Amino acid sequence: MTNTASEFDAPKRGWYKRNEIAVTPFLFLLPGVFFFAVYVIYPVFQSFNISLYKWDGLGEADFIGLKNYQKLFEDRAFETSLWNNLKWLVLYLLAIPVGLFISLFLNQKVVGIRLYKSLFFFPFVISQIVVGLVFSWFYDPTFGIFTKLIGLVGLEIKGGVLGNPTAVTYGIIAAGLWPQTAYCMILYLTGLNSVDPEQVEAARLDGAKGWKMLWYVIIPQLKPATFIAFVVTVVGALRSFDLISIMTRGGPFGQSRVLSYYMFEKALSEYGFRMGYGAAIAVVLFLIMLVFIAYFLWSMYQEEKGAH
Amino acid sequence: MHSIIKTSFAAIVAAGITATAAHADAHALSGDLVIFSDMSNPAPRAVMEGMVERFGKMHPDLNIELTVIDREAYKTQIRNFLTADAPDVANWYAANRMLPYVNAGLFEDVSDIWEGEMSTELASTKGAMTIDGKQYGVPYTYYQWGVYYRKDLMEQYGLSEPTTWAEEKANCQTYLDNGIKCYTIGTKFLWTAGGWFDYLNMRTNGYDYHAALTNGEAAWDSAETRATFANWRELIDMGAFIDNHQTYSWQEAMPFMVNGEAASYLMGNFAVAAFREGGLDDSKLDFYQFPEITAGIAKGEDAPTDTFHIPSGATNKANAKAFLEFVVSADNQTLINNGENLGQLPVNALSAVDDDKFLNEGFDMLSNKAPGGIAQFFDRDAPAEMAAVAMEGFQEFMLFPDNLDDILARLDAAAVDIYAE
Repeated sequence: MTNTASEFDAPKRGWYKRNEIAVTPFLFLLPGVFFFAVYVIYPVFQSFNISLYKWDGLGEADFIGLKNYQKLFEDRAFETSLWNNLKWLVLYLLAIPVGLFISLFLNQKVVGIRLYKSLFFFPFVISQIVVGLVFSWFYDPTFGIFTKLIGLVGLEIKGGVLGNPTAVTYGIIAAGLWPQTAYCMILYLTGLNSVDPEQVEAARLDGAKGWKMLWYVIIPQLKPATFIAFVVTVVGALRSFDLISIMTRGGPFGQSRVLSYYMFEKALSEYGFRMGYGAAIAVVLFLIMLVFIAYFLWSMYQEEKGAH
Repeated sequence: MHSIIKTSFAAIVAAGITATAAHADAHALSGDLVIFSDMSNPAPRAVMEGMVERFGKMHPDLNIELTVIDREAYKTQIRNFLTADAPDVANWYAANRMLPYVNAGLFEDVSDIWEGEMSTELASTKGAMTIDGKQYGVPYTYYQWGVYYRKDLMEQYGLSEPTTWAEEKANCQTYLDNGIKCYTIGTKFLWTAGGWFDYLNMRTNGYDYHAALTNGEAAWDSAETRATFANWRELIDMGAFIDNHQTYSWQEAMPFMVNGEAASYLMGNFAVAAFREGGLDDSKLDFYQFPEITAGIAKGEDAPTDTFHIPSGATNKANAKAFLEFVVSADNQTLINNGENLGQLPVNALSAVDDDKFLNEGFDMLSNKAPGGIAQFFDRDAPAEMAAVAMEGFQEFMLFPDNLDDILARLDAAAVDIYAE
């Protein structure tokens, strides 16, 4: 009795103490939100702003409205980069099914399987720069093993893969697929660990096997892994820059450029002094990414809603 | 009132002292001197460090701080440090390559140190440092371009150094008939194709036309430029250049000549050191001036100049000017450009050229055999952006000569934008 009374008599607790539960999450969020705003949100708007100017990055900036965008539509180099981005997006997605099949293949208990798994995972561990160099040698028009191999079946790619304006983008994408497939594989390997053995057992009793088992029982259970694999692959395809920079520098004559590399060339490279134009390219790239970002956010939101 | 007069008097005295200090090396300097340099390759780096050491000995009270930055990275970093954290002295390149920084007011006008003797001693490179009648830096080295060739191969097939376009092509045909490519080249980084264009255009149309073209005063789609490309095409159609050159850098193209698969290389003199390392001694390696194409046209030559500048944001400008004067002084020029150091040509007329076959021939060529004029190099004479677009076009032309109409139209369209500024 006395205890309860004394509690009522106690001086009022501070505002923070009263609202602790409601406020604390926001306090924890604050540093993250702050840095996200300063380093991500603000530069996005800054890029929008710069894209409306003609500016060499050094002197005075002239406001020219949407002229940079207007020029983009007439710029064939931009068109090439855009198409190449599309090729990257579509072909890079091959990493998902290939990663899935490798992971299914490796998901068994054999002596030394850990070693095999790590060997398959290896390309993801090494730097993209190394991947680029290895593939450059692989494709070399005089001594590259790829050139020799296709030579055996009587094929010849004029100028070598990286010197041929038609083949070059596919050649670089193939190089990029090597580490990306390894990444998807590891995602599926962890996903396979959480596949419910009872469901598999039940399906087996019902007579499912082979493709049917895979399609109706295993893959639906791998949905979270597929989602993450899709996200990282799309993001990986859109920010493809390092491989292009190391393997071809956008060449021959700009045929392997993608938007991110073109932006770098126009705004920041040795000969690039068109900040406004570069920013306009960046904005277009951002808008493309926005489509995917919106989709990802939407599907995550749906999932959250379903969970509650 | 009294104190104001006193202060301004003190300021005048101080200004007088710094001015004298800048103009006479005899006066010891004090304070700081911050230098950013792009001389990051082993030999240039040693040269830069040596210059700082010797300048430091002349001025024991001066605190010199040298930062050497990777040469390629420097090209993008220079924008940041010139605007944000300017050193007192910075490396860069002559002619149009310095134009964006001069226009933005980031390089200091140093016309005052060019007054008097320096202008006569450095007459050969003064033009490359001048924009609108003012000088914005000093050169420290330059080098010739020319055709470096396998002397032993030329002797083997009984040929001699060509002086006309017909001889050049005849020699080339002999090499090709013997299964040897005439020219090695690596166009992955594009600028090597710019060298070919420079020479073909200067020989076909002359230096003045070339200067007008790079200045945006002539159209790309013109009879003159088309004649240049037609000459180029003759070589391309002969199969004179090595295959797959678009996948090689200039260094990666060297083994073709070292191994005898290609007979010659249109290059800057900096390639000599690499050729010698590759095993080509003076009995196997020689050099000739790019031959005449249109008879009677005064020959122009490429001789890119590397430079020092004072950023406008520098804090110790008097010290910086003294350093610039030290760099171009005759003795220092003789020393840093000799065969053991840079192995290039001194910019000061009173300096001695080191006794090296290629340096002597190059010096003679630039002094006596280039009446047309001295160009810097395509990517230094043309504005940066035009250079990038055009050199890409040159590479495309070398691979697909049939695309010429399209390339020229594209270059003219780009030129409208670029030169409009």
